[in-house]
Amino acid sequence: MSRTGDLVRTGLRGLGQTLITVGMVLLLFCVYELKVTNLVTDREQGRLADDLASTWAEPVDPDAPEPAGEPVQPGGPAGPAEAAAPAVRKVSVAQGSGFAVLRIPRLGKWNDRPPVVVEGVGVEDLKKGPGHIPGTALPGELGNVVLSGHRTTYGAPFHRFDELRPGDAVVLETRDMWFTYEVSGSTIVAPTASEVTLPVPGDPTATPTKRLLTLTTCNPKYSARTRLIVLAELTASDPKSAGLPAALRAA
Amino acid sequence: MYSWIWRTLPGGLPGKLLGSLVLLTAVVLLLFFYVFPAVEPLVPFNDVTVDTGESLAGLAAPVGPP
Repeated sequence: MSRTGDLVRTGLRGLGQTLITVGMVLLLFCVYELKVTNLVTDREQGRLADDLASTWAEPVDPDAPEPAGEPVQPGGPAGPAEAAAPAVRKVSVAQGSGFAVLRIPRLGKWNDRPPVVVEGVGVEDLKKGPGHIPGTALPGELGNVVLSGHRTTYGAPFHRFDELRPGDAVVLETRDMWFTYEVSGSTIVAPTASEVTLPVPGDPTATPTKRLLTLTTCNPKYSARTRLIVLAELTASDPKSAGLPAALRAA
Repeated sequence: MYSWIWRTLPGGLPGKLLGSLVLLTAVVLLLFFYVFPAVEPLVPFNDVTVDTGESLAGLAAPVGPP
């Protein structure tokens, strides 16, 4: 055996071990994304649910806006007066804290642990659960409530949203109200299609006349090439004192 | 590299097995809790929002990641 042969053998063995190691690390990364991130979200959701339960048990803050019978939100998204209005309402919802619970009867067992929706769609917010894009309408309001959630990681709350069909109920529970939205359709759009988040989707100048809900998530599953958009419209607002809304009683 | 680690670990076969297990666990935990969370923002499949740039100008708060 020559020295050169030994060197080549050692070099090749080192290369082989390195490649196997890199492969194992990549596999572990998949395990992390698909499994470990769920644990992170599970823990955050548990905490958020506890927080919501205690917040909702407290007496109503007199400064908080009435969730029911929200006055018509003036104008489009652009004017200075309109910009001020959502800012005032946002005071009661701190970034990263939960403020609503999402339920979708169509998804069956998914509702056993309904996700708490947090304010904000930053990376850290979305690790906790589905996020509400700040500045878009609040549940029940005129305009467009836009919620974004993970499709495959961090609890994957929106994993099965491709199963939603027109007519399906999407129920948002807030402190005092059940807001029942009815799915009107879904579309696949480019990641740049920010017009879907407008108060009147696709029309930056229009005055909102409908109470809409837009759910966005990445698409296809395990990718982020496009976005899946589910659009729904408010069909019922029921005070929680009146018990479960019709959509949840039927389920 | 691995053969060097194996040769270096003390304590005969049981000690080497235990040592390997400890090292492996340490590496996995390091990856899960430090390396992967740091690398994660660089992979694209966690983007769930639509780009929200100028078309949302006038709304109250700056909006999420691209």
